[in-house]
Amino acid sequence: MTEAEIRDAVFKVLRRIAPEADLQTLNPTQNLRQVLDIDSFDYLQLMIGLHESLAVEIPESDYPQLSTLAGIIQYLLTKRPG
Amino acid sequence: MPSLGADMEEGKLLQWKVQPGDAVKRGDIIAVVHTEKAEIEVEVFEGGVVDQLLVQPGAVVPVGTVLAILRTGEEAATATTPAGPPPAKPAEKARLRISPLARKVAAELGVDFSRVQGTGPHGAIEKADIERAASLQKARPAPPPVAEPIPSAPAEAYQGMRRAIAAAMARSNREIPHYYLETQIDMSLPLHWLEAANQKRPVQQRLLPAVLLVKAVAHALKDVPELNGYWKNDRNELQQDIHIGFAISLRRGGLMVPAILHADSKSLDELMAAMTDLIQRTRAGRLRSSEITDGTVTITNLGDRGVETVYGVIYPPQVALVGFGRIVERPWADNGMLGVRPVLTATLSGDHRATDGRRGAQFLESFTRWLLQPDKL
Repeated sequence: MTEAEIRDAVFKVLRRIAPEADLQTLNPTQNLRQVLDIDSFDYLQLMIGLHESLAVEIPESDYPQLSTLAGIIQYLLTKRPG
Repeated sequence: MPSLGADMEEGKLLQWKVQPGDAVKRGDIIAVVHTEKAEIEVEVFEGGVVDQLLVQPGAVVPVGTVLAILRTGEEAATATTPAGPPPAKPAEKARLRISPLARKVAAELGVDFSRVQGTGPHGAIEKADIERAASLQKARPAPPPVAEPIPSAPAEAYQGMRRAIAAAMARSNREIPHYYLETQIDMSLPLHWLEAANQKRPVQQRLLPAVLLVKAVAHALKDVPELNGYWKNDRNELQQDIHIGFAISLRRGGLMVPAILHADSKSLDELMAAMTDLIQRTRAGRLRSSEITDGTVTITNLGDRGVETVYGVIYPPQVALVGFGRIVERPWADNGMLGVRPVLTATLSGDHRATDGRRGAQFLESFTRWLLQPDKL
């Protein structure tokens, strides 16, 4: 899975959670929860969405690594190399 | 037209979900209504057969207007309105008492007499009532005409929601003498319990700390039922069921407070599922009337927003609001030892007409006790 594919998968979930957000202008190093106003229920939905679309197990203890778009991409690339 | 908010005065019938002759059972959704806050699915509170639909889609009618006639059981044809809390005396509204002269004067002065409180015998509306209403109407900006379409642009919808929130909150601050109590809770134990529980669960079944808070509130309300009441008729009417209103912010701004029905009898998993469903349906504008009207207490959880302490405004006619802030690491002394602990500040806003600080303190004590025994929640 490539970085672009992961980004598409993340955006697909984020569009459902924050339909009004302009994801093209999203700074990849900014905290997603703050910049997109995502609460803990939404964030859990993001984790569920990523799990379901990419078949990746994300333990709760790893959540801090997935606070930014860049962090999510990096994390998922290491989980699903290739 | 059911009352779907503390200060809702009218609603627009958007759609009928049933036709005359359809059989319905309690809880079925029979219509969709637009209020200033959202579109709400209206449930029927009694089973039967739909006899007549009295209001056409698109019409804006005052709260209490009979929307439909339902044949129930052996009764021939019983007028009823769709569910909600006991609506604003629909039968009385339907049989409005007004003198012919008052009716004529109302037409001349452009006064909607269905909104006028009569002072004559048996509450009949008289000419003087209409004239008084007309002078008040002149003194304040005229409300939008009833036939005016509900604004659909997001900015206007937001303004409608702000007006609805303003009305309810202004009434609360005007009528309710609030008192506030707060307590701080070491969350180490509940969070460790949650972490261990979630390790065994697939991501779809993980629990959030908010679920523990809701369930602990439900238990504490059983211990201190005086906080699970409605202030009506100058007394605290205790409510049998525990329906916890959960303030949910909307992405376009504003908030709604749908209720988690029977929160005390739900397991943690059921509560998590119910809250997730409620949040998604609230933000999608697909709430049911009972979820809007039946809350017996409200929780405001601003922990996700970085706020540490919440001093909430009670949602009338409820008599209490429980607020939660962010869980933050703080120095914490325990048995003479100083450590760093995750600490939650829980607050209670109480209606001093209904309870005193002592009862409120008992509630927070009970809440803390339950929260610190997560395996018993």
